[in-house]
Amino acid sequence: MLVAQGITKTFGGLIAVDNVDLVIPRGAIVGVIGPNGAGKTTFFNMLAGIYQPTAGRITFGGRTVFGGRRGLRPDQVTALGIARTFQNIRLFANMTALENVLVGMHCRLHSSPLGAVLRLPSVKREEAVARVRAESLLTFVGLAGKSAVTAKNLSYGDQRRLEIARALASEPQLLLLDEPTAGMNPQETSQLTGFIDSMRRELDLTILLIEHDMKVVMGISDHVAVLDHGVKIADGTPTEVQRNPAVIEAYLGQGAAEVSSRNAAPRDALAATDAGAHQHA
Amino acid sequence: MATTLTAGNRPLTRVSNDETRRRIWGAVAIIAAVLYPFIDTALGFDRLGSWLAIMVFVILAMGLNIVVGYAGLLDLGYAAFFIIGAYGNAFLTSPSSPFVRNGLVPEVLQSFWPAMAVSWIIAAIFGVLLGAPTLRLRGDYLAIVTLGFGEIVPSFFKNAEGLTGGPTGISRIAKPPAIPLPGGNDISFGTTDQRNWYWLILIVALFTIFVINRLYDSRLGRSWQALREDEIAAASMGINLVQTKLLAFALGASFSGFAGSIYAGYLTVVYPDQFEFSVSVIILCMVILGGLGNIYGVIVGGLLIQGFDRILAESLNTPLHWVGRQLDLTVLQNHSVTTDRFLIFGLALVLTMLLRPGGLFPDRRRKAEMAPETSDIATAEDEQFYDVRAEQEPSAGVRA
Amino acid sequence: MDFNWTLFTQYIIIGVATGSLIALIALGYTLVYGIIELINFAHGEVFMMGAFFAATIVGISSVTSDSSGGAIIGILFVALIGAMIFSALVNYGIDRIAYKRLRNAPRLAPLIAAIGMSFILQNIGIYWKGSNPFTPPSIIPLEYRSLNILTEWFGLETRIRVRIFDLLVVAITIPLLIGLLWFVYRTRIGTAMRATAQDREAAALMGIDINRTIGVAFLLGGSLAGAAGLIALYYNNSARFQMGFQYGLFAFTAAVLGGIGNLTGAMLGGLMIGLVWSFSDGFMKLYISGWGAQWTSSVIFGVLVLVMVFRPSGLLGEQTVDKV
Repeated sequence: MLVAQGITKTFGGLIAVDNVDLVIPRGAIVGVIGPNGAGKTTFFNMLAGIYQPTAGRITFGGRTVFGGRRGLRPDQVTALGIARTFQNIRLFANMTALENVLVGMHCRLHSSPLGAVLRLPSVKREEAVARVRAESLLTFVGLAGKSAVTAKNLSYGDQRRLEIARALASEPQLLLLDEPTAGMNPQETSQLTGFIDSMRRELDLTILLIEHDMKVVMGISDHVAVLDHGVKIADGTPTEVQRNPAVIEAYLGQGAAEVSSRNAAPRDALAATDAGAHQHA
Repeated sequence: MATTLTAGNRPLTRVSNDETRRRIWGAVAIIAAVLYPFIDTALGFDRLGSWLAIMVFVILAMGLNIVVGYAGLLDLGYAAFFIIGAYGNAFLTSPSSPFVRNGLVPEVLQSFWPAMAVSWIIAAIFGVLLGAPTLRLRGDYLAIVTLGFGEIVPSFFKNAEGLTGGPTGISRIAKPPAIPLPGGNDISFGTTDQRNWYWLILIVALFTIFVINRLYDSRLGRSWQALREDEIAAASMGINLVQTKLLAFALGASFSGFAGSIYAGYLTVVYPDQFEFSVSVIILCMVILGGLGNIYGVIVGGLLIQGFDRILAESLNTPLHWVGRQLDLTVLQNHSVTTDRFLIFGLALVLTMLLRPGGLFPDRRRKAEMAPETSDIATAEDEQFYDVRAEQEPSAGVRA
Repeated sequence: MDFNWTLFTQYIIIGVATGSLIALIALGYTLVYGIIELINFAHGEVFMMGAFFAATIVGISSVTSDSSGGAIIGILFVALIGAMIFSALVNYGIDRIAYKRLRNAPRLAPLIAAIGMSFILQNIGIYWKGSNPFTPPSIIPLEYRSLNILTEWFGLETRIRVRIFDLLVVAITIPLLIGLLWFVYRTRIGTAMRATAQDREAAALMGIDINRTIGVAFLLGGSLAGAAGLIALYYNNSARFQMGFQYGLFAFTAAVLGGIGNLTGAMLGGLMIGLVWSFSDGFMKLYISGWGAQWTSSVIFGVLVLVMVFRPSGLLGEQTVDKV
């Protein structure tokens, strides 16, 4: 469904993403992991149209998102069917939950300013339908009854849910989740993990997620790509990736790679990484 | 602005209480405004002309509020659209206008109402023209460019004598045609018909409020709010930033043109000095003081600022001189409060920024003005978002 | 028609003199912007205050155009220093009162406050010297006022006029500029300013007192504006409360044209705007009928808009690519 080839991004002299290829098949959940600063969010932002890659090609369902010189703007990317959440929550803080979701629907609504001023029947209908749909989305993510709450007054977990609801509002086919479980406790995390899985099933979504939490990524991903210093160092099923020495080395350093290849417990090595990653966060 | 939200099946009663209260206040205000001319005559105030002008400026402030308050674009040259609207009317309807004299204006447009409609559209077009170059600029740069336009446009009108009548302007602008009533009493809009003008402008103001509220509550209004809150998130939600900002400029400008056109009809004469820079700042003052993004706050701010400028300032002289005599201070005795206007406007801006940045009646959807810049990642994303512009950003730093 | 070299040179001279004046004011904008990224909208009024203060100083002294040469030069010197100190303090005061508390507010808040301060200061100008233009106390003896240096001192046969004032403007400006560059590049405080301008946090970590450094930038910029005020006062032989608005915006254009944050840029931009001003005022109407001084402000604002839209970093500013 989404094909990214040779994606590179440089900022001045710094190479943030270096020639990364990624294929996301329809209906899959793909995870992107890597140590801090590996270029994951930068890569994400390029898929979402926020940055223009320095080189490479991105196609989505056959349509070109970026090719050659110019790529689509973020709003065009969203209209195409790719929605995203943000690593550090970027809700419209002073708007209510419902309004946030309604904004998410922007590209699927069609009323014009003139129609709004005249309150044409078609506009009234569209707005009414939109509100009903927004309410149901809020219910779907677990925010029933909170539609009138101002976004900044929601709890952290609720804000994360709202981010997702807002992203779903644009009826995407591909959902990009940037560290959706950041800052959550284990209970919330497993709830969200289950939720991501059910989203894939019930909404027929394809999902790409960046995560630090290994249990999450390894648990629900169909395949995993690993970035380190902007380079993709591994790409495969969760099990393959966990055993990959380059991956272990990236997380734990060279010595650990050697140690764990002597032991036969690569899974433990990465679990240890998990603890390390949490310390950093 | 009622959104009948329900939680489950219960209507949220707090919302409807606020709403009812606001509706009552609104009704009271409208009734008071409608009845005012009778009060004015009865109590001998003779202030209809002032209130009339005040209402025109409140319409201007509401228009600027769309640009500054809803979309978050600091426009310092708003008077440019005011003058375009005013001269639009003049060009189309005055016998002294070069367009009319050269037969360039079709008959049907030579009267007040059609001319006003055309001026509205022309002002909106200029809103797009003057707004377009600013779209990729950062806030303070955008402000300065609009200021530049706000200077260039009136200057053009002042200097292109052959076209615009120069510093003396254009006179003999058409008034609205009299509206015939059964029984022979026409509603006319001549110079002595101040009451009729007052009600006309009041209706126009109420119409403006109505239209703007509908816009606020619509998909477009939401996208303006989102744009203000977080441009990148807004774009990621499918909002075309360029279009949305241009619409703000166009609609904001159109109201200014609207107001300018009516004002020209009332005064029957326009000249450039009515529209110089301080006018733009005074309108900004009304918006900032009243409450950025809150149309009712802006109305109050407008009434306060213009009310002071046109009515209160003079009235304060008598008590001030009296105090001066009591304290034997010649400086107070001879002082005229009308010379304090810049001080008052300046203080309004500074004090609002320091003490209550959201204005007297902050909009509930507005971003907290005092919120410091949030996470660095967001800032970095923001800076990279404007890829092209980032490459042209002047570097901070003092170097030779 | 023949190219009128005499007039051309004349306007160059006027342009250079005016340009030096503008450069002094532009430096004030650029110093403040470089450090806190604020367009000090009230800077033009700081300049106006300097002019007013200078006029007051000369007025209360008993020096007249009949006084001795030494007294005249003396009072001019005192007025210059006085105006510089006064304007420095006004600029500093504006920062402490209005901008300082808005350091962390979104960018537009201090800008709006600056506009407010500009208005307040203009009104103070009205209280001080009235709302009409006024002429400064005359202290230049009559015979010197229209003296043409080229003919009288150099014995040249020419219609080009270089007045004492023209020379004086440049003579005052150059030492000030040199002094400024010395200060910014050779003193510890100057280095602190440059460091703060480049990276405020790093500078703070190095132990630089940020608030004090910002204060110094305001003092410095203000003092230059004050000097410009005295110069403008006697060069134009008039002053009025709105002079800050026009000069201020022209000087801001110069600062942006040269590259805001860049000192040489401000000087260069100042010269360029001065020349544009001078030529638009007088020279253009030789070739384009109907042109005159009334179009000058449109031209200069046009320059401002064009620069900000097409090349916001100005002529000498760096085109930076932001780091991640």
